[in-house]
Amino acid sequence: MEKTNHMEYQKGMEAIDSNIMNQVLSLTSEYDYSKYTDRDVEIALMKSRLSLDDYGAVLSPAAAPFLEYMAHKAAMETKKHFGNSVSMFTPLYIANYCENHCVYCGFNCHNKIRRGKLNPGELEEELKEIASTGLREILILTGEARNASGVQYIGDAVKLASHYFSTVGLEIYPLNSDEYAFLHECGADFVCVYQETYNTDKYQLVHPRGPKRIFPYRFNAQERALLGGMRGVAFGSLLGLDDFRKDAFAAGLHAYFIQQKYPYAEISFSVPRLRPFINNEQNNPNGVHEKQLLQVMLAYRLFMPFAGITISTRERAGFRDNVAGLAANKISAGVSVGVGGHKNDEKGDEQFEISDSRSVEQVHEMILSRGLQPVYSDYIRV
Amino acid sequence: MNDKLVIGGHEFESRFILGSGKFSLDMTKAVIENGNVEMATLALRRANVGGEENILDYMPEGITLLPNTSGARNANEAVRIARLAREIGCGDFVKVEVVNDSRYLMPDNYETIKATEILAKEGFIVMPYMYPDLNAARAMAQAGAAAIMPLAAPIGSNKGLSTKDFIQILVDEINLPIIVDAGIGRPSQACEAMEMGVAAIMCNTAVATAGDVALMAKAFRLAIEAGRAAYLSGLGRVLSYKAEASSPLTGFLED
Repeated sequence: MEKTNHMEYQKGMEAIDSNIMNQVLSLTSEYDYSKYTDRDVEIALMKSRLSLDDYGAVLSPAAAPFLEYMAHKAAMETKKHFGNSVSMFTPLYIANYCENHCVYCGFNCHNKIRRGKLNPGELEEELKEIASTGLREILILTGEARNASGVQYIGDAVKLASHYFSTVGLEIYPLNSDEYAFLHECGADFVCVYQETYNTDKYQLVHPRGPKRIFPYRFNAQERALLGGMRGVAFGSLLGLDDFRKDAFAAGLHAYFIQQKYPYAEISFSVPRLRPFINNEQNNPNGVHEKQLLQVMLAYRLFMPFAGITISTRERAGFRDNVAGLAANKISAGVSVGVGGHKNDEKGDEQFEISDSRSVEQVHEMILSRGLQPVYSDYIRV
Repeated sequence: MNDKLVIGGHEFESRFILGSGKFSLDMTKAVIENGNVEMATLALRRANVGGEENILDYMPEGITLLPNTSGARNANEAVRIARLAREIGCGDFVKVEVVNDSRYLMPDNYETIKATEILAKEGFIVMPYMYPDLNAARAMAQAGAAAIMPLAAPIGSNKGLSTKDFIQILVDEINLPIIVDAGIGRPSQACEAMEMGVAAIMCNTAVATAGDVALMAKAFRLAIEAGRAAYLSGLGRVLSYKAEASSPLTGFLED
């Protein structure tokens, strides 16, 4: 069977007037991280504002010996922009139906896992339970299934969530700008879309079928979200899926060009890397150890010092504790990655395994013990 | 000597206004005491009324709250945030902040003027945060501002008085308290601004990121007091070498 052209929009997918994808792909294809020397890294680290090329240098292997210095500089930048504050939130998976075949993902529609979605009653119980921990920010997630968990269903969930939380973010499948506008009206203000990999060849290989296969539609999601009125957008590559340096470079550029075009947009990064999951043997972790992961986080901080960086429970507690305030300014807590699972038993299986199962209270205590300030509310919807 | 800071008819002994967004909240009290602070800003978006780590719970009694509209991207949003602040009992003071740029957090003077006008008409004591531009400051004064808060340098940068000459113009031309807000990194910079005739200093990052925040708050207090005293006493003359030349240009005069 002939495969769908992954670079061509399909019917119903909104195409916007934007050149950002071409800029990012072109600069990323030219990015040769092996060319950088110690001197290039030193020059980059002396600057208060990194150029695109400096950013390339701090992400390169040549920067590895400078990791400690980068950490000091990043810590200063984090302090400058966020002070002692570390924001707390939790993700809530409301459904895990999926039409995609992403070979690296636990929700892949071929995987034999329990599927489910929360009905309004169950959803409200989950929301209440999470709100009772004190959290005021929630990230709502679904798998990609327009039939099983459509935009209207998500909108209803957002409306309900906004009764309990001051900040509602979405990590759902890419939408058209009018659909983002609808969800914004329902009460959502922030949208995360991870491109997984910016290598289009690899992208089509790991997304053999399903709507996610269409690379440009996913790439332009943040821009459509902003056009739909969202306040902030998050970026990220699934580090380890392909060449992580190139993917991190591309994610940084993607965010950079979006901020240039939409200066008011709140920008943030997430740094997921591959963790064990159901069809793990098909993947190559591509050598993203903690050292490399930290280098990516520090590079993001130095390149875009004002941007948010979130650290997820995919990473172990010790790593998370140490990067909070160093590079990350937001941390998840009390996490369940199955469907629901906060109040009642999970209604569907997990997308991946988490490494840090600490409660909100425990993460709160950890933040305080490091001389930092847990922040529950940092956004006001008007 | 009766030297009080007067903003919107309210008198303050202290000329050190504290920003609170970057602190560990349990340090708030010590900083306020050591800095002899009477007014502290409060980002309404951080107010978590009835919830965890609510900044309002950490403000000592007697402090005048200066709620700010951070997070607002235009005049309308700033107005709505200010009204919310009043509703939850934060009083009539408001620091208008309208920021449309996520990289530098530069204030949008045009939208700030619009918000100032609306809020002043509603009886707020409006203190607009602005980029030091004389025309914008005049428009804000005209719109009913109670003080003008120009930035010294990009917020959080601790770079000091990068906009010194333009702040001096505001001090010289605007008949309202000029309060330097953002960018002050050291007590010496705060002192220098006060020597120029600035009415007060607002500062957060420099104190919040110090090794000993309570001690740094004290250092700022002393610097601000020293700068104020220097301004009031009239600085001694500072002449360049050439001006002291032994053959003055006016030496030919006979009577």
